[in-house]
Amino acid sequence: MLREFTCIICPNGCEIQAQLENGVLTSMTGHTCPKGEAYVRQELTDPRRNIATSVRVQGGELPLASVRLTNPIPKDRIFDAMAEIRGISLKAPVEAGTVVIAQILGYESDVIVTKSVALRG
Amino acid sequence: MEKRDVIIVGGGPAGLAAAVQLHKKGVANILILEREHHLGGILRQCIHDGFGLSRFQTALSGPEYAARFIEEVKRCEIPYQTDTTVLEISPEKVVTAASREGLVQYQAKAVILTMGCRERTRGALGIPGERPAGVFTAGVVQAYMNLYNRMPAKEVVILGSGDIGMIMARRLTLEGAHVQAVFEVQPIPSGLPRNIEQCLNDYGIPLYLSHTVTQIHGDSRLTGVTVSQVDEKLRPIPGTEKEYACDTLILSVGLIPENELSIDAGVQLDGRTRGALVDEHYQTSVEGIFAAGNVLHVHDLVDFVSMEAERLADAAALYVTGETLADCPLGIRTDENVGHTIPQRVSGKADFQLSLRVRRMMKDCRVVVRQNGQEVAAKRMKKALPAEMIQFVVRADKLVSQENLEVSVEC
Ligand SMILES: Cc1cc2nc3c(=O)[nH]c(=O)nc-3n(C[C@H](O)[C@H](O)[C@H](O)COP(=O)(O)OP(=O)(O)OC[C@H]3O[C@@H](n4cnc5c(N)ncnc54)[C@H](O)[C@@H]3O)c2cc1C
Ligand code: SF4
Repeated sequence: MLREFTCIICPNGCEIQAQLENGVLTSMTGHTCPKGEAYVRQELTDPRRNIATSVRVQGGELPLASVRLTNPIPKDRIFDAMAEIRGISLKAPVEAGTVVIAQILGYESDVIVTKSVALRG
Repeated sequence: MEKRDVIIVGGGPAGLAAAVQLHKKGVANILILEREHHLGGILRQCIHDGFGLSRFQTALSGPEYAARFIEEVKRCEIPYQTDTTVLEISPEKVVTAASREGLVQYQAKAVILTMGCRERTRGALGIPGERPAGVFTAGVVQAYMNLYNRMPAKEVVILGSGDIGMIMARRLTLEGAHVQAVFEVQPIPSGLPRNIEQCLNDYGIPLYLSHTVTQIHGDSRLTGVTVSQVDEKLRPIPGTEKEYACDTLILSVGLIPENELSIDAGVQLDGRTRGALVDEHYQTSVEGIFAAGNVLHVHDLVDFVSMEAERLADAAALYVTGETLADCPLGIRTDENVGHTIPQRVSGKADFQLSLRVRRMMKDCRVVVRQNGQEVAAKRMKKALPAEMIQFVVRADKLVSQENLEVSVEC
């Protein structure tokens, strides 16, 4: 069976054709680098994605601080992760890089702040 | 009037990268003027990750990518002024700006244009129908959600397959809105394949090519849109109309370089990019006025923006220290497959980075640069897409004459 993938690891977006026999990968064409191969192997067994969203900030010059995951988590847990992140509220000032949830849902992935928010002045 | 070696108009990634590079080259009498309260440009609202893969070999979010340059600007103590809007640039390089303290004027030796771009709006498309609330451009929705904590939509239809629209389709879905579909009038998507995959396919959002919104419904708030299929000439096909009930229509139909200031300064524009015509030094038709980033031509990757601005700064640093930049008499012509190139003129004496976009999708092709019919540079492409800017270096020692260059795509 032939399965097609669009690699999302970098902006090249290579189209990868993977040949499967009884669900086992037998060959692959179209990837430009080894990361593409790793991506397809991951997609076949345990597709993972990163997410970016925001958390509320009290008393800040902005009402929100953006956050992201440090590592991708299983695709089907994304809405669970969103629900957990939605419960967070921070107090200004907030520094980029701060971990707001360690090991979200028990995965090797932290939720970190990506934009510093200063006190409302 | 206060004198500056370089005034940088716009503190987005292009302006910041130019400033840091000028500083590295020993040009210290710089000033960045930024309209917003913060430096960083549009990246401040692009909270998704995927920035910096080329520049920093790691996937950063927009704010983190911007912060790397902002920290560098602060560390080098490069002067900048936010809440300051440039109103006019004269051909003599007098820069007039409105700040909190009132009007300020500077005499610059060189001016760097890095004002970015704006989004095309419904007006530019001419969709008939009412003018209800609920029709936004994708960047405006991005600002609402990511900067101001406002959720503007529940039932959403997106017109245009630009990257920002697709990224907002995912963002809205994560926040609980229902994105029904993305419609694209062209037969191919205008955004990157990876965004179709991770923003639409991942969330089961369909993308319909060769479809467009032909009617908008609603009085005070949008209640729905009519969508039609289009033919090869992009004309709606009668009988294909379908109604979609929605409270929000998001437009992601392209970006236009922001060049009102440039035109007033006497800078000649290229009708294809709607940005300045530049030479290999990124110098415009007005001596001492340079341009890079989205104000020059619309980029899809901020990494390319920063690197372009750094190359600009290398040339601008020479210019302000009194060196004459090499004359650029060689034009760059294109065939019908190539939308445009940057630069449009070169000296033929130095290596230069050629940036271009193709006009249609082509597979297994080569982008070829010729002089007197002879091949002087080429890049092989497995797939060339209008959505992806193509870049490669053309080496001066390969050039064969002082004739114009011709860029074509061959399959
Ligand atoms: C809504 C939107 C979303 C985008 N999302 C992505 C993305 O997800 N990934 C990606 O790689 N690229 C994205 N892009 C492309 C992005 O624009 C570039 O990657 C990059 O930000 C361009 O940098 P720039 O410095 O040329 O322009 P900008 O970032 O737009 O910066 C221009 C700056 O100039 C300032 N300015 C303009 N006029 C004046 C004036 N008269 N006086 C003073 N200051 C002025 C503006 O306030 C702004 O800060 C997006 C673009 C837009 C419009
Ligand atoms: S295969 Fe390699 S080059 Fe191609 S998209 Fe994936 S990471 Fe990028």
